[in-house]
Amino acid sequence: MSFGRPHLRTSYEQDSAIFPTWWQKGAAAFALLFITLMVLGNGAAAAIPNWLFGATWLAPFTLVIPFAIAALGYNILTGVTGQVSLGHAFFMGVGAYTAVALGGKGDGGAKACIPFHENLGLLESAGECGLGLPIWIWLPMAGVLAALVGILVSPAAVKVRGLYLAIVTVGLTFIGLHIARMLPEYAGDYESGRKWPKLDIRLWKEETPSIDLNEDGKWFGLIHLTEEQKQFFFLFAILLVMMAFAKNLVRTRTGRALQAIRDRDVAAEVMGVPEQHYKRIGFAISSFYAGIGGALWASYQGRVSPIDFSLLLSVEFVAILLIGGAGTIAGTMLGVTFVELLPKVVERLTGWLAGELDSGGVISTIANFLLTSGQQGDFGPVSTSPTAPGWPMSVFLWNPVIYGVLIVVFLIFEPHGLFGIWLKFRNYWKGWPFSY
Amino acid sequence: MSTDSSDVSKLIEVEDITLRFGGVTAINGVGFHVNEGELFAVIGPNGAGKTSIFNSISQVYRPQEGDIRWKGKSIMGERPDAVARLGIARTFQNIALFGQMTVIDNILTGRHIRMKNNWLTGMLWLGPAKKEEMENRERVEDIIDFLEINEWRKHPVALLPYGIQKRVELGRALAMDPELLLLDEPVAGMNLEETEDMARFILDIREELGISMILVEHDMGLVMDIADRILVVDFGKPIGTGLPHEIQANPDVIAAYLGADFSDEISVD
Repeated sequence: MSFGRPHLRTSYEQDSAIFPTWWQKGAAAFALLFITLMVLGNGAAAAIPNWLFGATWLAPFTLVIPFAIAALGYNILTGVTGQVSLGHAFFMGVGAYTAVALGGKGDGGAKACIPFHENLGLLESAGECGLGLPIWIWLPMAGVLAALVGILVSPAAVKVRGLYLAIVTVGLTFIGLHIARMLPEYAGDYESGRKWPKLDIRLWKEETPSIDLNEDGKWFGLIHLTEEQKQFFFLFAILLVMMAFAKNLVRTRTGRALQAIRDRDVAAEVMGVPEQHYKRIGFAISSFYAGIGGALWASYQGRVSPIDFSLLLSVEFVAILLIGGAGTIAGTMLGVTFVELLPKVVERLTGWLAGELDSGGVISTIANFLLTSGQQGDFGPVSTSPTAPGWPMSVFLWNPVIYGVLIVVFLIFEPHGLFGIWLKFRNYWKGWPFSY
Repeated sequence: MSTDSSDVSKLIEVEDITLRFGGVTAINGVGFHVNEGELFAVIGPNGAGKTSIFNSISQVYRPQEGDIRWKGKSIMGERPDAVARLGIARTFQNIALFGQMTVIDNILTGRHIRMKNNWLTGMLWLGPAKKEEMENRERVEDIIDFLEINEWRKHPVALLPYGIQKRVELGRALAMDPELLLLDEPVAGMNLEETEDMARFILDIREELGISMILVEHDMGLVMDIADRILVVDFGKPIGTGLPHEIQANPDVIAAYLGADFSDEISVD
């Protein structure tokens, strides 16, 4: 350890560390502390307006985490191994349904659930079946089963590449949806879905969970947390572990083999990397992450239906990778946060502006310019009415437009995504005031 | 170095291989062998099938006829990665580095076949996996030192100058600890100084590391200076094998390179 010369590295271990510089270590520690304080809602956090970063953001942020885990897997397959897949939603679905079969409550054992009936609507008791196993079984198994299914379909997938693979995996998504439609007693109603195991930690099937994530209370007898805070910390801890695994994979032998296949597959084979074997590994690991992500998403939501695992979700991961920056873990995290939270930001910003319409001052002017409160007559392109048809469009209709425009903009101007922008920014200030 | 004596063991034997792509015969009955410690060169005009010979040895292409034996054992039908594990490394004519990876990672990928950690031990960053990574990193630094590319080690290779990329590719092949190194036009497109540097590296590899080599090259000066024996191919057919001075005097070779008229003139002299 050399404190006097922070950039002097005296071992290869230091050189290949995840956070090689003190600056990076500090930034990581600060980010952790910041997130913790934000979630606990202390002091400074309370002062930030709610539409931007305030306390009501906890639930949307928590919802990002399962997607972040699945996106890590997608990055391994598409960003690191270079195999463009559109079947990621399918593997998330496999994970989710494994979780509900193993972890779902009820004394029905593994036998089929009673499906929702279209005419009866959502029944609270409906869909409550499964083996009732604890999370430490259903969560890993969700990943493992998704990985196994990944290996099962890999013989078809490893032989094709590029657009051909994309189409093969599109097929997977549709097969998944079809199976779910055929088996409503397992999958629940096509659109309203079925109930999922709750997030709580038990040793086995006992009544009171060892760590309850669904009620406010003291954690470890130390700190008082709300239900939402508990769930956030629990999911965040899983995310950190999954991030560490992904980073380790990329910086060791297997990760290099995967990248070699992405950059030059023939050369990789001639260097002794069996291409199909490693593609299969990439496929399996990616599916594992998707399975874990899918299970956590389903469990956090409480009710997820087959239609959620459609092609649209798969395409969302492509957007995450392009906007964040393919091939890097930091880029994946930026991308997933951006893509998942952008609609919420737009929505809440609009809500906040609507509140300021008559307040006078600059913000009021901006609000008047952008928003239309009635059905017609105003210039503003955004309607405050959530159900507004046609022009001016509601914020919900604007979101996909913004989303599409952003993908196009990133593809043209910054193919390395948000992470690329950060690198440019960093390198500029590293050299400042010199040009290089 | 003795080259043609029968007591030297044959490292690789290529026996009358024929490779066809549909109606095109890329290689037509080419045969040669390379002894241990030998620097063997394959020359010939463009399109003569030199690179196809390399691709056949590394089994990227599968010759329809003939046999390729590594230390007496046939390697026909093996996967390219299995051939690599036997100890055959190669470079490519049009550099085939892993563009987005750094120099260090490229050369570390060359260590792939000499390493054991797998996805699980790697993911968990377990003790033995970590130790292995660090040991191999040290080997890579030796190679970086040897090829004098220290200043580039953390750059993505796609951003490096051409001459440096060629060296990185040589380094990646050396990292495999090969017994036979296939060099496909190592000095193509290089200036005189870079060519001399590369020639020195090739000679160093042979003398210090004792690795046998097959060299495909258009730079006749380089080939005649450093090769022990030479095979000349034209239109996929072998037209002569021998010591450099024999090849220079071979009328068929002169005909292939300069045209039939010239071969008469020169042989008359």
